[in-house]
Amino acid sequence: MEYLGIKPNKPKVAVFDFSGCEGCELQLVNKEDTLIDFLSAIDLRGWREASSVINDDYDIALIEGSITRDDEIKRLEKIRSHAKVLVALGSCACFGGVNQMKNVFDLKKANQEVYGDKPKETAKVKAVKDVVKVDLEIPGCPISKAEVESIIRHLAWGMPFSYPVYPVCVECKQRFTTCMFEKGLMCLGPITMAGCNAPCPAGGLGCWGCRGPAKDPNYESFFAIARERGFSTAEVNERLNFFGGFQEVNAK
Amino acid sequence: MIFKTIVKEDLKKLFNVHLKDVECVGPKQVATSNDGKAVYQFLPFESFDEINLNHEKTEYSAKTYFLPFRETLSTFNFKNGDWDQEIKYRKQQRVLVGLHPCDINALVKLDKVFAKDLFPSPYYRSRRENTFVIGIDCDKPCTDGFCASVGADVVTHGFDLFLRDIGDKYFVKVGSDRGLNVLNKISPTDISPEERKSYRKKTKEFLAGFKNTIRVENLPNTLDIEFESPVWKKWGDKCLSCGSCAMVCPTCYCYGVSEQISMDFKKSEKVKQLYSCNLLDFAMVAGAHNFRPARETRLKYRYYHQHRGFVESFGEPKCVGCNRCGRACLANINPVDVISDLQMEL
Ligand code: SF4
Ligand code: SF4
Ligand code: SF4
Ligand code: SF4
Ligand code: SF4
Repeated sequence: MEYLGIKPNKPKVAVFDFSGCEGCELQLVNKEDTLIDFLSAIDLRGWREASSVINDDYDIALIEGSITRDDEIKRLEKIRSHAKVLVALGSCACFGGVNQMKNVFDLKKANQEVYGDKPKETAKVKAVKDVVKVDLEIPGCPISKAEVESIIRHLAWGMPFSYPVYPVCVECKQRFTTCMFEKGLMCLGPITMAGCNAPCPAGGLGCWGCRGPAKDPNYESFFAIARERGFSTAEVNERLNFFGGFQEVNAK
Repeated sequence: MIFKTIVKEDLKKLFNVHLKDVECVGPKQVATSNDGKAVYQFLPFESFDEINLNHEKTEYSAKTYFLPFRETLSTFNFKNGDWDQEIKYRKQQRVLVGLHPCDINALVKLDKVFAKDLFPSPYYRSRRENTFVIGIDCDKPCTDGFCASVGADVVTHGFDLFLRDIGDKYFVKVGSDRGLNVLNKISPTDISPEERKSYRKKTKEFLAGFKNTIRVENLPNTLDIEFESPVWKKWGDKCLSCGSCAMVCPTCYCYGVSEQISMDFKKSEKVKQLYSCNLLDFAMVAGAHNFRPARETRLKYRYYHQHRGFVESFGEPKCVGCNRCGRACLANINPVDVISDLQMEL
């Protein structure tokens, strides 16, 4: 199928899971109405959740999950050496995700808490970019399938893809949500990158920043607003640290 | 202008009986704010009891029924190396009820841009012509509106019917032929001298009740002279560049257009999405040059469009003084404070 006289590429894609809940992979097989078309736009070379094909010849590696063991580092490095383009898929892969909350605890104690007297090998949680070079990050907990589809379409025609630079508020307002702050609740929407269509404020939870910062966010003003509205520094920081997308950013 | 009165029960009858097969939209309560106030939005309703015409003012403006946040402008279907184009205008009839003077004056301004200017928008016109507008005067000024300062507290046109609550009846201004036809379904009566008095008295009280005011007569010139004023930095530093102000504003209409190809690559849609001049890349051009990289500049230009650029084109400000932008802004950036600040700069 040609578009404006240009023939599309059919990128060879493989999906790999590391430490995560596999929710992002599950998102890839969601949106059933376009699933067949999505799968025919790519040449699937390995994906445990959707196909039995396994092949080392791929261009694009989608990495799901964070890196929490030494053997994962070796496996990731091998994938990097095969892949032309390596994509971090989801907040775990991009920032460490929920898993990186473990890093503030003593590792031994954390291990014991979860595994009791049968400890497992575990290291400090790393984002994929802390181990190998990442070419594209697709943040989100979970990722937005619509966004992944859009990225694949851009790749198929070799067109540059870009994320919205604006924060979640734009999409939140465009779906007529009453602002969380208006209801006395917290929301990271004003500093978080849009593209998810703001489901969390609409669902009454407020944004937890799973997509990481918007471009050039106004942290100072945002922290002042949160403070004026009675939210403690600890509350704000708990949110900021939740998915790991706001590294080094802290309210004071 | 034709004036009539109707008993209140009849308005309910109009909706529940005569308009029951048409989509009707009015102010519905959707939430309660932290400080206990009802939050209203213009939403479709089945029964007249679901809406409240005594609402103070809606959270979002009614512009969404004329300029939706997202709209497909055209669809291209690819076939055998060629394509055909499909354009659909929204033609279904709709009744919009409960618009306040600010809301109607906002529509009148949008008409100037999208229906009466050099390049009318068929998308807008189709929606506008197929929407029956029933407005209602405010009993008293809303807490933070300054519509009176920008001449948007009074309406003379832009509606089909316009009501004012005068006790047990509505005083009705008829703004169009179709307005009269619809009104005739519920046997309106001619106004009595007492009703005229009562209407004028209530209107007078409303107009005299404004606490929030700004002076706009010389504002375009003040804005010009104060282009470099430190006031812009002061407010710009607070701005989150979140666009909420423009989204809720009844007259902000800036947009972007993008091409969206379907996943089966068989068709493509040109989609229009409302945007805001406060967003970081609003003035980004090819080659990634950004004409307005600073927050304060972007914020300033929003005010310039409202109170200077539009005046130059149409002889009046674009702003209707509803302060929805100020309410939506988490940083409390609002026209009365920003403009007063600028005028104090002496
Ligand atoms: S709820 Fe959150 S995302 Fe939505 S407008 Fe308010 S701050 Fe922004
Ligand atoms: S609203 Fe916030 S937390 Fe929810 S999906 Fe979007 S970015 Fe993530
Ligand atoms: S003025 Fe307020 S609502 Fe508008 S972009 Fe700035 S922070 Fe957001
Ligand atoms: S701004 Fe004016 S017209 Fe609008 S709701 Fe307030 S008082 Fe009524
Ligand atoms: S600029 Fe603000 S006050 Fe003026 S019309 Fe828009 S939302 Fe209302």
